[in-house]
Amino acid sequence: MNNLLTVSPSPHIRSPRTTSSIMATVLLALFPAALLSVVLFGFKAFLILLVSNLACGLLEYGWCRLTKIKNTVPDLSCFVTGTLLALTLPANFGEWKNLWTIVVGAFIAIIIVKEFFGGIGYNFANPAITARIAMLVCFPDLMTATVHTNLTNPELASGATPLGDIAAGKAELLPDWVQMFFGNHAGAIGEVSAFALLVGGIILIASKVITWHIPVSFIATVGLFTLMTGTYPEYQIIAGGLMIGAFFMATDYVTSPDTALGKVVFGIGCGLITALIRVYGGYPEGVSFAILLMNILNPYIIKLTRKKAFGGIKI
Amino acid sequence: MPLFNLPGVFLPHKKGTAKIAPVAIPTPQSVLIPLSMHIGAPATPVVKTGDLVTVGQVIAEAGGFVSAKIHSSVSGKVKNTDTTILSNGRKVSAILIESDGLDTLCETLAPREVNNLEELVQAVKDSGIVGLGGAGFPTAVKLNVKSVEDIVINGAECEPYITSDTRTMIDRGDDIRYGIEILNKCLKPQRIIFGIEKNKPECIENITNLTSDIENVSVAPLKAMYPQGGEKVLVYHTTGKTIMEGKLPIDAGVIVINCTTLAEIASFIRTGMPLVKKCITIDGGAVAEPKNVIAPIGTRITDLIAFAGGTKSAPKKVILGGPMMGWSVESMEMPVMKNTNAVLFFNEQEATVPEPTACIKCGNCVNACPFGLDPKAFVQALRAGDDEALVKLKANICMECGCCSFACPAKRQLVHTNKIAKAKVMKILKERQEAKK
Repeated sequence: MNNLLTVSPSPHIRSPRTTSSIMATVLLALFPAALLSVVLFGFKAFLILLVSNLACGLLEYGWCRLTKIKNTVPDLSCFVTGTLLALTLPANFGEWKNLWTIVVGAFIAIIIVKEFFGGIGYNFANPAITARIAMLVCFPDLMTATVHTNLTNPELASGATPLGDIAAGKAELLPDWVQMFFGNHAGAIGEVSAFALLVGGIILIASKVITWHIPVSFIATVGLFTLMTGTYPEYQIIAGGLMIGAFFMATDYVTSPDTALGKVVFGIGCGLITALIRVYGGYPEGVSFAILLMNILNPYIIKLTRKKAFGGIKI
Repeated sequence: MPLFNLPGVFLPHKKGTAKIAPVAIPTPQSVLIPLSMHIGAPATPVVKTGDLVTVGQVIAEAGGFVSAKIHSSVSGKVKNTDTTILSNGRKVSAILIESDGLDTLCETLAPREVNNLEELVQAVKDSGIVGLGGAGFPTAVKLNVKSVEDIVINGAECEPYITSDTRTMIDRGDDIRYGIEILNKCLKPQRIIFGIEKNKPECIENITNLTSDIENVSVAPLKAMYPQGGEKVLVYHTTGKTIMEGKLPIDAGVIVINCTTLAEIASFIRTGMPLVKKCITIDGGAVAEPKNVIAPIGTRITDLIAFAGGTKSAPKKVILGGPMMGWSVESMEMPVMKNTNAVLFFNEQEATVPEPTACIKCGNCVNACPFGLDPKAFVQALRAGDDEALVKLKANICMECGCCSFACPAKRQLVHTNKIAKAKVMKILKERQEAKK
């Protein structure tokens, strides 16, 4: 019998929370939006989700094998990236001839943004966001196409997404707010339903995976700014990628601050840039650019908003 | 009272032994008494091999200003005075005494007359009492002050499993009451605040009843949060005062005394019996009958566990102290010391150390730290060899409470890296201070 005692540094008990349990909770929180995307956009949405997750998982596994490091697929973070990326794509990516473009996106997210910089915990920006922006540059036609849900009455639908209608000054074409809140309007498969994303966001906050600071300050800033500029705040906050960005992407641990103050600063920054791009900019990409820019500013925000050490003397 | 509480973590309490009154263990065949059971210089032995000793007899004198006397916990014969044991990473000499099984008391033990601070300090010096909450700071040094505003009595007992202070507050009310009277007489503080976590309502009630007629004494029920009993945390939550970096509580006009330390002081003054026995919680998944025992100081862990009905399964990790700040020993031959308040025996599952994975910068360590430090930034600065960054990050303030490691989802050994960072900063600050002179 082995009678040797284990000797290790204190503490000798650990919280039950692990990296993979956090990622599993995020996946669970994304489930309502993913499920609804399949309901609204059908088999194409399912294909997008499948291909994106498969590609992210395989690429991460392949990278670990190639570089002879421990397989990090079981921490599930690659599937969070895969699902997020999928949910930000319009349904036309789910056509057979377009599926390969998703693999390109997954490659940018997993290999270039994540693994090249050192893998989990070291990415300088959110992999899914950066991949989405790269895809916008590579496949602009696919990315900006207006794809309506299967439930939309084609005769009543406008030719653009709600944000497109606002930008074009055609507010009279905006869909019914309630229909839009639950997801029945044109847009990316997982971004259309503010409702499903809100449910997911509440799951994340209730399970203490994230705090309220970033999503609330992000969404409130967009709401306030568009209210002051009279650009339909009630539509702005439920349109485009704001909900998924505020709850799931801006809150990415690696690329966002860790103190309450830092998070609020980060959220306000994201909200301001989003609103500025949406109201005055020419690109339909407010949320993605805002988060990417704030990701890059993150190290400075962390430095400037560090907590004061209890009883610390100034030096 | 402060506006906001300091952060911390919420732990499973596991205080199943709180309801069981402690039982004295039979005198072991021999005891091994380390010469360093306190912060400061090791004590100097005053007995030699072959000497006959009695219970309460001085066997080692204080080895410096910050040091403490040591007394024999059994009667019998000194086998040797230079057994080397490994105590928390340091080599320490210990006195081995073979018991004659008679427990003959030392003849000179007598109650003390304590009317002023000088007599109190002398009495505490003679009692060999050190901080029994775990740190082991010689209490006589702590009490020897010109004036004090507040005395905080620590009954928080925030570590899981441990219930020895709980038992003190329930069973030794007379000693605590007498100790408070002595403190009032000798130190004349404006306030005496008894801090107790709310998960011990019985203790809160008992102490409140006990002290209701003493005007300057109040009981502060505290949130059951770890590390509520940490000195700086407790002082902040009970008095609202902040103990600054590198300072002692007395610099803020506060003395903190653990409740069992107080009871021991009272007991010494009343009976003359120095600190030779200790109430110790025996618990953990491998223990057959978790309970509180009263054991002579120097009792080996093997003798303790035999008394607690042995083990259910082979213990894979044995911890002196609580699971958050206690240290895992490499041998069951290790003796219990003055500042040991628990011995935990972990089974295979509890002893498994999780494999650390990459830091995901979640910030759980930052938000769990009671002092607002950033342990993950320490790691980055250590890796970069950036000592100046460590100084700016205030690694020296870390009290090694373990909240960061506990909260870390990547299971990183953050307290360990904190200690390395802290030692570096302490060295740099010391050098700078010397350079200034």
